[in-house]
Amino acid sequence: MREPLLSVRGLTKHFTSSGFSHGPVVRALDDISFEVPRGKVVGLVGESGSGKTTIGRSVLRLIEPTAGQIVFDGVDLTKLSASEMRRQRRRLQYIFQDPFGSLSPRMTIGQILMEGLDIQRIGSRAERGARAKKALQEVDLPADAFVRYPHEFSGGQRQRIGIARALVLEPELIVADEPVSALDVSIQAQIVNLLRSLQSRLGLTMLFISHDLAVVEYICDTVIVLYLGRIMEIAPSEVLYSDPRHPYTRALLSAIPSPEIGKASARQILKGDIPSPANPPSGCVFRTRCPHAIDQCAKTVPPLEEVAPGHVKACIRHDISG
Amino acid sequence: MKRRPILDVSDLKTVFRIGGRQVAAVQDLNLTVAPGETVALVGESGSGKSVTSLSIMGLLPRKVGKVVAGRILFRGKSGEERDLATMDSEALRSIRGNDVAMVFQEPMTSLNPVYTVGEQIAEPIRIHLGRSHKDAAESAVGLLAAVGIPDPGRRARQYPHELSGGMRQRVMIAMALACDPVLLIADEPTTALDVTIQAQILDLLRKLQEERGMGILFVTHNLGVVAEIAHRVAVMYAGRVVETGAVTDVFRHPRHPYTMGLMRSVPKLGEATMLKRQGIPLPTIAGSVPSLLALPDGCSFAPRCPYALDQCRAGVPALAETGGRHKSRCIRWEEI
Repeated sequence: MREPLLSVRGLTKHFTSSGFSHGPVVRALDDISFEVPRGKVVGLVGESGSGKTTIGRSVLRLIEPTAGQIVFDGVDLTKLSASEMRRQRRRLQYIFQDPFGSLSPRMTIGQILMEGLDIQRIGSRAERGARAKKALQEVDLPADAFVRYPHEFSGGQRQRIGIARALVLEPELIVADEPVSALDVSIQAQIVNLLRSLQSRLGLTMLFISHDLAVVEYICDTVIVLYLGRIMEIAPSEVLYSDPRHPYTRALLSAIPSPEIGKASARQILKGDIPSPANPPSGCVFRTRCPHAIDQCAKTVPPLEEVAPGHVKACIRHDISG
Repeated sequence: MKRRPILDVSDLKTVFRIGGRQVAAVQDLNLTVAPGETVALVGESGSGKSVTSLSIMGLLPRKVGKVVAGRILFRGKSGEERDLATMDSEALRSIRGNDVAMVFQEPMTSLNPVYTVGEQIAEPIRIHLGRSHKDAAESAVGLLAAVGIPDPGRRARQYPHELSGGMRQRVMIAMALACDPVLLIADEPTTALDVTIQAQILDLLRKLQEERGMGILFVTHNLGVVAEIAHRVAVMYAGRVVETGAVTDVFRHPRHPYTMGLMRSVPKLGEATMLKRQGIPLPTIAGSVPSLLALPDGCSFAPRCPYALDQCRAGVPALAETGGRHKSRCIRWEEI
């Protein structure tokens, strides 16, 4: 088997409050390990505080991890100097959630698209322009968008610009952080289709972050379910939805309201709130809301165990079934 | 549910002044809510769903937004029917928080950070029901218990920042229920919440409605939530209701191309794997929602509609009865 493009090993991120006060340590991520094979899309799903965005940002070193390795194409990114990292960055690109806040209002779309090429000193001026125009075409925007400003575009079109900006550098890995969450339903499907077709046509490798499990199912090959900074379950997407093994994954899937009348099965409603990452429960972090928790769950952090090839879960209750 | 409605909105038109121009944010809107009934207003950004709820509450931004036509008949606790559209602000204030209560999307910005949640829940009880401080404070604790907050006595003494998002939304609901309203208007009350917490809040609203029999007007963009909570639904597009009826009818047999498109473009769990295997893209609605400043002639959905004819651009279609109380604003509803 070929080496994965991205391999995250033991990634841990603790946020400490800086300055005079010694506030609590927020355990955003604890010992996260997973791989993203070349040409595949891996989804990170979870609710607020699950750490999905922290993982995405750590991969590009937009935030510095506390511990762990981020091995990209054989190179541990956490060991690189700032200038070495800058050289790598053209190979790793980020698509942001907010299509309004992430585009400078004072730059034309052409300037926005060429900025990365300028910084990386790629090609002549004419070549940069040509590449930017090609990227516009790839995301189905008209060529005249090149000379226009972000405010002239709708939310869906702006997200296309954000995607074009990521594509223009021809990256090997794209981290897409909730790229469709801010969009209306009718536009969301357009962008999901665009990402899917670009991914298969250009052979992109993607880390796709979302709280929407239905979108993730459509776009991802493998799904990682996170809760409070830890991995609960990893499975191929067609398996995760038909045969979820972790109690949290089951509860999460059951909580999603479906517009299909008569399809609503017995809903399992979890009690209580998501605990604070500043004060996570001992042992299994999900145990305080888990309907199957036993005393043992408070004592040890459950290891990720394989239930089938490519399918792992962090739960000691092997005796429960769906 | 053939009881007399508590809310009966007819031919509502609300305009906004934008850069010297008047723009109709909502028009030709008819809507009723009966006691014990939940009616959902569903639509995408700019559809007019929130403007409708603000019009009913008399909470439109002053000098910018205005109800210019229609009636908003409301029957409160006294049983007397009054038109909220013509009422002065003083009279409206005595109704808001008392007969009609509201829950918004953002519990953090709707709560006052410098008062304890107990004080905030007690306030409407003192003002509208004229009860004593002590009495109101006791009621507040009882309400916190009713919305499922554990250890309500202690929580009542806490400030909003000490509570989680889900807990704050429960506080908002407790506050809304304080004076036992006959109508609850909930504007995207679960949109800012995580999905497991959303399930809790929807369950709570359903239980409270069973116990208290209030009517609920539920504004949301989420079709799944509508299916979960509402009895009837009105689908809005570009300021007009394009389809309305019982949720089961509208969602099972949509009679308007926009509703059909929306239903299809929502990714559904379990379906994506199948589509992916067959290499089929998710169904979409072409184009984007039109600006209210430049609405197309005739049917506003026509430029995006796969069934549009020349006729569709000639005039705005009427809401046609398609059977039962199911209506569609499409001239081709019988063929499509």
